[in-house]
Amino acid sequence: MRTNRMAAAVAAAVTLAIAACSSGGSTSSTTAAGSSTSSTATVALSWWNNGTAQPLLGIWQSAVSAFHAAHPNVTIRSVPHQNEFFKTNMPIALKSNNPPDIYQQWGGGAEATQIQSGKLANLTQYVSGWIGTLGKAAAGWQVNGQQYGIPYDQHVVGFWYRKDLFVKAGITSPPTTLAELESDDAKLKAHGIAPIGIGGQAQWPDAFWWEYFAVRECSQSVIQQAMSAANLSAPCYSQATKDLTAFIATNPFEAGFNAVAAQSSPASSAGMLANGKVAMELQGDWEPGELLGDTTDKSIDSKLGWFPFPAVSSGQGDPTAVIGGGDGWSCTTGAAEPACAQFLQYIDSTQVQEQLVTQASIGLPANAAAEGAITNPAVKAAAQAHDSAAYVAVYFDQALPTNPGLALDAAIANFFAGKGSNSAIINSVSSSSGH
Amino acid sequence: MARTRTAAAAAPDIVSGAVAVPPASQRRSLRKRIELTVLLVPPLALFIGFVLVPMIFAIWYSLYNWNGYGPLTDFIGLQNYRGVLTGPVFHQALLHNIIIAVLSVVIQLPISIGLALLLNRRMRGRGALRLAVFTPYVLSQATSAVMWLMLLSHGGPVDALFRSAGLGGLVRFWLASTSLVLYTLFFVITWQFIGFGIVLLLAGLQGIPPELREAAAIDGATPWQVTRQVVLPLLGPTIRVWIFLAVIGSLQLFDIVWIMTLGGPANSSQTMLTYLYFNGLERTQFGYGATISVVLFIISFVFALAYQRYALRRDTSGALTRAVQ
Repeated sequence: MRTNRMAAAVAAAVTLAIAACSSGGSTSSTTAAGSSTSSTATVALSWWNNGTAQPLLGIWQSAVSAFHAAHPNVTIRSVPHQNEFFKTNMPIALKSNNPPDIYQQWGGGAEATQIQSGKLANLTQYVSGWIGTLGKAAAGWQVNGQQYGIPYDQHVVGFWYRKDLFVKAGITSPPTTLAELESDDAKLKAHGIAPIGIGGQAQWPDAFWWEYFAVRECSQSVIQQAMSAANLSAPCYSQATKDLTAFIATNPFEAGFNAVAAQSSPASSAGMLANGKVAMELQGDWEPGELLGDTTDKSIDSKLGWFPFPAVSSGQGDPTAVIGGGDGWSCTTGAAEPACAQFLQYIDSTQVQEQLVTQASIGLPANAAAEGAITNPAVKAAAQAHDSAAYVAVYFDQALPTNPGLALDAAIANFFAGKGSNSAIINSVSSSSGH
Repeated sequence: MARTRTAAAAAPDIVSGAVAVPPASQRRSLRKRIELTVLLVPPLALFIGFVLVPMIFAIWYSLYNWNGYGPLTDFIGLQNYRGVLTGPVFHQALLHNIIIAVLSVVIQLPISIGLALLLNRRMRGRGALRLAVFTPYVLSQATSAVMWLMLLSHGGPVDALFRSAGLGGLVRFWLASTSLVLYTLFFVITWQFIGFGIVLLLAGLQGIPPELREAAAIDGATPWQVTRQVVLPLLGPTIRVWIFLAVIGSLQLFDIVWIMTLGGPANSSQTMLTYLYFNGLERTQFGYGATISVVLFIISFVFALAYQRYALRRDTSGALTRAVQ
């Protein structure tokens, strides 16, 4: 008897474990048939996001509760994952039979790559009524004119600088041309201050530099063509490499930058800016939030200023164009698509967007109506530059499909480390090998 | 399995006494079969499920151009293998693995033997010293990597230590220099794993009967001769096993490198596994990544077989060459 009981217990445990595993990924159950969710249909949606820590964790939790209160038939289960998880595990999740119903989506070429799985829901018909309120922000999540993703914030890359260190070096106003930037670097060095921090270990901060030179050298149409065709053969890209070569030759970066991480420790390039070891860094608008975590200096926000990437005299590109991107969501086809789209609309409502700005210090909300909530003057300057930009070029590694995008980052990082070449950068995206 | 079922069915009969008890030899063989089944089935199931099946999948994926999304449709034969085997970055990565393996044997082994011999002597503070040497091995590789990343950052604590000792001229870009980074990583690997080698060798030393040393000493052998002619030959099997583990470990080097350098700068610390991770998972070239894993498997397998055949032949004779009765 004893053995039998034990066997039964083991069998029960195994069954439970299997059941738990099979429901672990996501649950999506529409009890009412069909794709339309009537008010009586109960819907359960699993939501994979990267809000693993406060304040984002709390904001997403309260968004889930508030949405459930307004739509009692929809229950959303928030499942936070580390950021890197999405890069490595989404292919596997999208291959499985029960992917999450809603998940973190950065748009661009990576989204186009994911669509090949056949699991991404085309949300166009559900969001057509309101997507216009996001303006040009929504375009980065469209593939072939169809909305497979919805952004909830936007990013813009520019220079974050220490006003106190600029004053110390006798710099009265931020540079607007490359020549001015180089002369400011010289002034800072003369005062024993390393001018520019860069997290070369991570590769993508290196790529920001080359991409900005490309955006200044190439016209908007050339950039767009290059991204859609994964082809950088236009001469202006080689000119960008020349500009970068000349700029690196002025030795503007911190010593040993190839091994410096970009974020998350005082020894990272962001940490160096936060602790006054470098005077500026070319980074996204998440920088102020990042700096707060890397220093004990609570007044760091007031010391920060922002200016856009300077004009390059020879360039064909629009000097107001910015590089940026954003965070967003996709729904999968197993999800109750109307309910999913409704929830994404709720996240883009002015109310939640203002919460994100004031509590989570996200840089720029996807919904411009919430921009009024931005208080940090440096972030305000970044937001203004973003809104008045001729166009926003999505980070190349995101605009391109994943493989050529990361091949480009690696080729640029090799170039920064003195082991690359212009042809290696240009060819990295076109040869599918690029290994 | 058939015999197992028979045993279960036979049990009530034995209790009731209705059937004659089988002869002792038959019972023994039955018991042995049950024992073997119980002991072998779980590991075999794990081995098949988590080693053999994924390996077959990897070989299958390696024949496709596949980014992980959608079905496997783009069959490209051995093109991925050509890509891996002719790729300059893979050559670099392979060379780095070999350099680490050779350095492990040439540098770590003598240090390990020396320290093991020292720590095998009776002396004050032996326990504390053994603990100190072994402690790094207990840390997770991620912890050591993060710690050394901070210590070795430019202008960081290690540089400060050099300067305070008047050796400021020796300070280098430990992790940023493309020519130095691999050796910096080797230092960290040595720091982490030397304790394991020492403990292994200490165990080997414990297995050498003291009478042999005493006999040699009585015959007039100097301490050096005792070590050279008696101890080291008897430590041979342990040393050979250590070399095997060190080389396989070097081929599979990943954690410390990935956390400290991501294989950079400019691939100068890329290993086969960091190359696999970057291309397979980050760049979502699953077919290409699977190919790297198959190539890595073949390299490790060939080395393991050759080493077993030639170096470990005597040590494992009996254990691997004939069935234990």
